[in-house]
Amino acid sequence: MRSLLLLALVGAATASAENIAVRGDIVYTMAGTPVKSGLVVISNGKIERVTTGAPPSGYRVISAKVVTPGLVDAHGTLGLTGYLNSTADQDQVERSAPMQPELRAIDAYDARERLIEWVRGFGTTTVHTGHGPGILVSGQTMIVKTRGTTAEQAAIVREAMVAATLGAGAREAGAKAPGTRSKAIAMLRAELVKAQEYRAKKEKSRDLRTETFARVLSGELPLLVTVHHANDIVSAIRVGKEFGIKLVLDGAAEAPSVLEQIKASGYPVVLHPTMYRSGGETANISFETATKLKAAGIPFALQTGFEGYVPKVRVILFEAAVAAGHGLNFEDALASVTIDAARLLGVANRVGSLEAGKDADVAMYDGDPFEYTTHCTGVLIDGVEMSKDPR
Amino acid sequence: MGFVCSFWACAQTAPIAFIGARIVPVEGAEIANGTLVVQGGKITAIGSGGAVTVPAGARRVDVKGKVIMPGLVDSHSHIGGPEGADASAALQPDVRILDSVDVRDTRIQKAQAGGITTVNVMPGSGHVLSGQTLYLKLRDGRVIDDLLIKLPDGRIAGGLKMANGTNPRKGGAFPGTRGKTMAMARDLYIKGQEYREKIRAANGDQSKMPPRDLRLEAIVEVLDGKRTVHHHTHRHDDILSVLRLQKEFGFKLVLQHVTDGWMVADEIAKSGLPASVIVLDSPGGKEEARNLSFTTASALDKAGVLVGFHTDDGVTDSRLFLRSAALAVRGGMARDKALHAMTLANAKMLDLDSRVGSLKTGKDADFIVLSGDPLSVYTKVLETWVDGVKVFDRTTEKDRRYAEGGDGSAERQSELHLHETEEVDQ
Repeated sequence: MRSLLLLALVGAATASAENIAVRGDIVYTMAGTPVKSGLVVISNGKIERVTTGAPPSGYRVISAKVVTPGLVDAHGTLGLTGYLNSTADQDQVERSAPMQPELRAIDAYDARERLIEWVRGFGTTTVHTGHGPGILVSGQTMIVKTRGTTAEQAAIVREAMVAATLGAGAREAGAKAPGTRSKAIAMLRAELVKAQEYRAKKEKSRDLRTETFARVLSGELPLLVTVHHANDIVSAIRVGKEFGIKLVLDGAAEAPSVLEQIKASGYPVVLHPTMYRSGGETANISFETATKLKAAGIPFALQTGFEGYVPKVRVILFEAAVAAGHGLNFEDALASVTIDAARLLGVANRVGSLEAGKDADVAMYDGDPFEYTTHCTGVLIDGVEMSKDPR
Repeated sequence: MGFVCSFWACAQTAPIAFIGARIVPVEGAEIANGTLVVQGGKITAIGSGGAVTVPAGARRVDVKGKVIMPGLVDSHSHIGGPEGADASAALQPDVRILDSVDVRDTRIQKAQAGGITTVNVMPGSGHVLSGQTLYLKLRDGRVIDDLLIKLPDGRIAGGLKMANGTNPRKGGAFPGTRGKTMAMARDLYIKGQEYREKIRAANGDQSKMPPRDLRLEAIVEVLDGKRTVHHHTHRHDDILSVLRLQKEFGFKLVLQHVTDGWMVADEIAKSGLPASVIVLDSPGGKEEARNLSFTTASALDKAGVLVGFHTDDGVTDSRLFLRSAALAVRGGMARDKALHAMTLANAKMLDLDSRVGSLKTGKDADFIVLSGDPLSVYTKVLETWVDGVKVFDRTTEKDRRYAEGGDGSAERQSELHLHETEEVDQ
């Protein structure tokens, strides 16, 4: 995996030989206080430094009112769920079995999907995407940049997490298992127990499913559990602690009811889209949950999630904006879609802030990024100018 | 229509003066330091602070630093859980959502929290014709009658919902193609024309009247211009099919959604028909929404089309309705046109513009108090007033919960949702 990652990096660097200085009236580096009249100096696809003053000679200057890191969407299904929403372009859930952790996102990611360009136009440069919610264990996720024409070019982490769902969302119809919450947990525990035994064995015959659960047990792949009801959040924590695995609570509409339990677990939250629809398991959803997670000191990031109808994809900028409109401090809201998301996903060494040595992923705006009437005026990924038409 | 005086609450009788706000009347220029006076459910005075005499005995409300604008009018929503046509047929003009709307659905309170005061509640788009819609004023109500708008001829205000494109195209009792969809619609309107001819031929003689036909009675209302067709349509060619149908039968029409409207803006403008646009965060989700653009409202407006917006709640949340105007401005629409599209344009589409949609002396006292600019993400709806009665007040715990969500925000109301009664005569 490491060597492939390096190859992808080399490819990106080759395409971005241009030296660019992005000048912003204000630059939110997300690594310290915002820099007024700041300059993000870029070469070879990387940030050389963030400074002030005159741009160095030989660098093309791009100016904007507001400059932020490229936005990081902490969870979606982009590239696996096409814009037409027909059976031909929906690959987020496979229903032949309730648990299929061996399904890899890279085998389904369509790098030419139109919606990738759409979200990039608003500043999204990194997306944690992959198999979706709606089945007990749907498969793996990956982390991509919103560039490239192949999954290999887009990927920065080919296998990121294993996606699971608990609560009513995991239920199968009719007499198929799991038909209840308890059954779902029993099935998941049984697979994890099997993986424990598998890890202990010296002679192993290969089994993709158990191998993947073993990687969850080892902590290599966190279990990303989509869960909304307070009792299901607590159940997810119970399973996570039993097996000592890394777990990420995803969705978490009723998190405000169990803040203490979440905080004590140490598990981070990838919170539902702020504008996610109320109803069913999310009947008690609130615009203020991000604010409450922040106040409780629980690490979290925002996501665009999965949409089964219109709009087919959400825009992470807008979800952060509405969180900011409902009490979340401006810089905390920006962090939830940049550096905090990058940390939660384990890619903060590369993306999520504007710092020397990091990937030159930059978003530019002609005003407060969260105001509806502001436009995204430019996006750089790995130092390459991806778009400059205001959107 | 008039203000409703039910047994538990009347619209206020003593005047209330809101003093010091920036007022966006929608009709006429913005007023920097305005005064709005309401009494008996109506606006009795509006103007700059110096120009309006506050009547003696009026309760004075200091709204300095705040913004007052007309209550929002949503020309397409599904709050109240309306159930229209069932799966038995593709065209069901006899079905009234009057017989299904639940006034205790908390989405109605959430719409009040979003600043919506008048709404067109419709059945869905999975039929060629899914039933009769309702125009409601979002008063606090215990029964649907409390929210109804009575027309001068005694009928209940509402339209008729139709759809083309992919949604009603499902085979069986429903059309399997676009051509079939329009043929089924034309066939019904021709039957309606024939039925109307029989009624006309009877010339008031009851013995010569055709037998009552609930389906065709609704179609005759449409043909007579007494009931507006609200037509779901997305794709450019589907929009033109609707215009063709309207031209053949000459009814009142509002184009609903109009996703590809930017491609056929001139044709829509030429028809003289209005468009209620949905603003969504991305294209796609279905084939006919693949070319969705933030520029649609702007393009239609520039072509000369009367443009409104709608929530299509639950497709978008009523509490985020002002976002539609703001994103349309992002897409190039003039700010005043975008605010017009949230209010007076929609009121015109519902034929209610003589009563609602702008702040003008004599109009219904339907208005909202905002914490700041209507198009800012940071602005909050503080109060919503309908017929001079406060129906949403963000300072109360219960209403704040509707505005923000959280535990209890979705529970159906078993008890009447009543507000502080200082402006209500018990």
